[in-house]
Amino acid sequence: MKKLSARRRHPLAALVVLLFALAATGGLYAALSPAPKAQADESSQSTQITEGQKLFSVGCASCHGTHGQGSSDGPSLVGVGSAAVDFQVGTGRMPAQQAGPQIQKKPKQYSQDEIDQLAAYIASLGPGPIAPASNQYDPAGGDAAKGGELFRTNCSQCHNFVGKGGALTDGKYAPTLKGVEPKHIYEAMQTGPQNMPSFPDTTMPQQQKQDIIAYLHEVDTAQSKNPGGFTLGSFGPVPEGLFAYIFGLGTLIAIAAWVAARTTKAKKS
Amino acid sequence: MSTSTETAPTSTRRGPKPAGQRVAEWADARVGLYKLGKSNLRKIFPDHWSFMLGEICLYSFTILILTGVYLTLFFHPSMNEVVYHGPYGPLQGVRMSDAYASTMHISFEVRGGLLIRQIHHWSALIFIAGMIVHMMRVFFTGAFRKPRELNWLFGWTLLFIGMFEGFTGYSLPDDLLSGTGVRFTEGAVLSTPVVGTYLSMFLFGGEFPGHNFVPIFYSVHILLFPGIMAGLVVAHLILVFYHKHTQFPGAGKTEKNVVGMPLLPIYTAKAGGFFFLVFGAIAAIAAIATINPIWTMGPYRPDQVSTGAQPDWYMGFSEGLIRVMPGWEINAWGHTLVLGVFVPLMVFPLVLAAIAVYPFIESWVTGDKREHHLLDRPRNRPVRTGFGVAWLALYFTLLIGGGNDLWATHFHLSIETITWSVRIGFFVVPAVAFWVTKRICLGLQRRDRDKVLHGRETGIIKRLPHGEFIEVHEPLGQEELHVLTAHDQYKPLEIGPETDENGVERKAGPVTRLRARLSRNFYGEHSQIPKPTVEEYDEITSGDGHH
Repeated sequence: MKKLSARRRHPLAALVVLLFALAATGGLYAALSPAPKAQADESSQSTQITEGQKLFSVGCASCHGTHGQGSSDGPSLVGVGSAAVDFQVGTGRMPAQQAGPQIQKKPKQYSQDEIDQLAAYIASLGPGPIAPASNQYDPAGGDAAKGGELFRTNCSQCHNFVGKGGALTDGKYAPTLKGVEPKHIYEAMQTGPQNMPSFPDTTMPQQQKQDIIAYLHEVDTAQSKNPGGFTLGSFGPVPEGLFAYIFGLGTLIAIAAWVAARTTKAKKS
Repeated sequence: MSTSTETAPTSTRRGPKPAGQRVAEWADARVGLYKLGKSNLRKIFPDHWSFMLGEICLYSFTILILTGVYLTLFFHPSMNEVVYHGPYGPLQGVRMSDAYASTMHISFEVRGGLLIRQIHHWSALIFIAGMIVHMMRVFFTGAFRKPRELNWLFGWTLLFIGMFEGFTGYSLPDDLLSGTGVRFTEGAVLSTPVVGTYLSMFLFGGEFPGHNFVPIFYSVHILLFPGIMAGLVVAHLILVFYHKHTQFPGAGKTEKNVVGMPLLPIYTAKAGGFFFLVFGAIAAIAAIATINPIWTMGPYRPDQVSTGAQPDWYMGFSEGLIRVMPGWEINAWGHTLVLGVFVPLMVFPLVLAAIAVYPFIESWVTGDKREHHLLDRPRNRPVRTGFGVAWLALYFTLLIGGGNDLWATHFHLSIETITWSVRIGFFVVPAVAFWVTKRICLGLQRRDRDKVLHGRETGIIKRLPHGEFIEVHEPLGQEELHVLTAHDQYKPLEIGPETDENGVERKAGPVTRLRARLSRNFYGEHSQIPKPTVEEYDEITSGDGHH
């Protein structure tokens, strides 16, 4: 304690106090801030379309119109098909949290049963892309190498080499594909949500979509092998440069300071 | 005495000489080793961590050569098309160039290949980062002044060639990322007026990508540039040896001496040990973190591209120039002048040249032709420090421009906002950085002056018997006082009187006037705070300390 008291007038004392204060505030915030809550809902057993319509009237009609015809706040949903509903609601993008450059992914607000009911209702409004069956998007049924070539030809200019995402104009962006369910990737290609172009079966047959999903499964999931070690986000040379400066040169300068401080000069005091 | 014929008469040792001495004498008789050693082994090097930045560069360069040699054993500099059948699944059956396939082979099949590749690439990033930081140390401490201007240029040339050495190196695997960079280079070459198309045809041997550029880059990368760089490194080191090392001001350190440790044994041991520490640290980084994972990028195909396609960091500022430049072009007489590419191409060398020519500009403006072996404290040269920070600010602004897409996605900004900020910042940020730095330097000079005259504020408040409160100031020690007051303060150049002794108007040309004006900017009353004089110090310290 005496040592501490003697050093409280040291020129660096203020800096040390500041660092402690920052660490304490940040630590407390991290420890005490509320964790996001997950919501669960139950669904009833009636016919899909009527139940879907009820859900639609409550959760969607304020923007998309009472019959899905659209309004100034949201587009018409006639003919978007069940695939679009399954993607938009299943990834939590709909119902939208707020307007902005782009509607963002968030924890989904409806159970899969409710999503199926909503999808059935929207599909009843007009013909559109149908949500795929599991054998259509199973990564095991695709060729990762072919998928890689297709991905680099059609997708990587926005989503990066391994689907880490990238910037678009005016604050819009192509999101990361890590952690996105194969079904949703398939549906995104089918329907082209927001800024994404759509790749209907006429331009990209089902097998090619499955190849792409297989490729992403190979390189962009928790099971992907990273033979080089930490990937630094797979964003290319920008994080590599940052890493080289902070951890590379930073370490070497720290070592240099250590070496320079250890010398044969006579001890002071 | 039964001395053998080999033993020197002065030796008191019996028996044959030790092997080491015999080898040394053999060498001495042939290359004059003893004379060389006598004059150099006790050469003194000052100890400071910032003097080891250059060593980091030297050692990472050495690591680059060692690992590079290993990589050449397995790399095929050929653009022949092959079909991949290696162990990496997601590329099975994909067509690629031999260069890419052999890099895949190095990464997945050669023993230690991936580690060596990653050591090579990380060393390259650290080598050039080290050169920049080393250059900044030299810049801010004024170590480039006479007699070291030539060595400054050697170092700068190393940096310049190093950038292109890096570019030719990371382009060799012919992957989709580096291929995009080569495509960009082709665009830059094409934008050159009149000769652009011919240059491009020459470089690529026809239409891009052709079959030429990997072999050409290979020769340049493993032979031409490393050869020039090795020569420059040797010349750089010879000059460091010849000039002797600079040192920071301090008690006992003058322009005529060097205070530090002798080359042998202490400095050699430290430097040798430091080499292994650098190698170890870089190897550890290479073992931990991926760099340039070409297997995720796929082979280059001109019809494919990915977002986040940036060059390695040292080329990042050129990427920034091209990304923020408006896409202007002039069409006349059936030809197109692509200003959107050509202007950045011309500004790119200017950014680097600005820092290269600074020593010559400074010595011309200040008229300082003396030798300097004592370093400056950056605060005591506010204009130089301001210029250096302005240059760094410009460089960093352009780096932001080069990574504008990642800044946009990671900070939830609009990419256009960033681009426009960089466009404006290109002109504004360096000016603001210069002004702010200069003010900070002057503030620090004032603080130094205050500390010399009044001592350090301790924060202890004392109440005097008559009720007055004072803060106790602790006087500085002799060593500290020396550091704060040892520097010279220059006077600005004077044009001289308007008329000569006969009353005839003297002519001062515009160049002289400009020089005098710049000199006033460097050393005028707005650019330095007069350091305390002996009289001021005596007057204030002779009192009772209550002032």
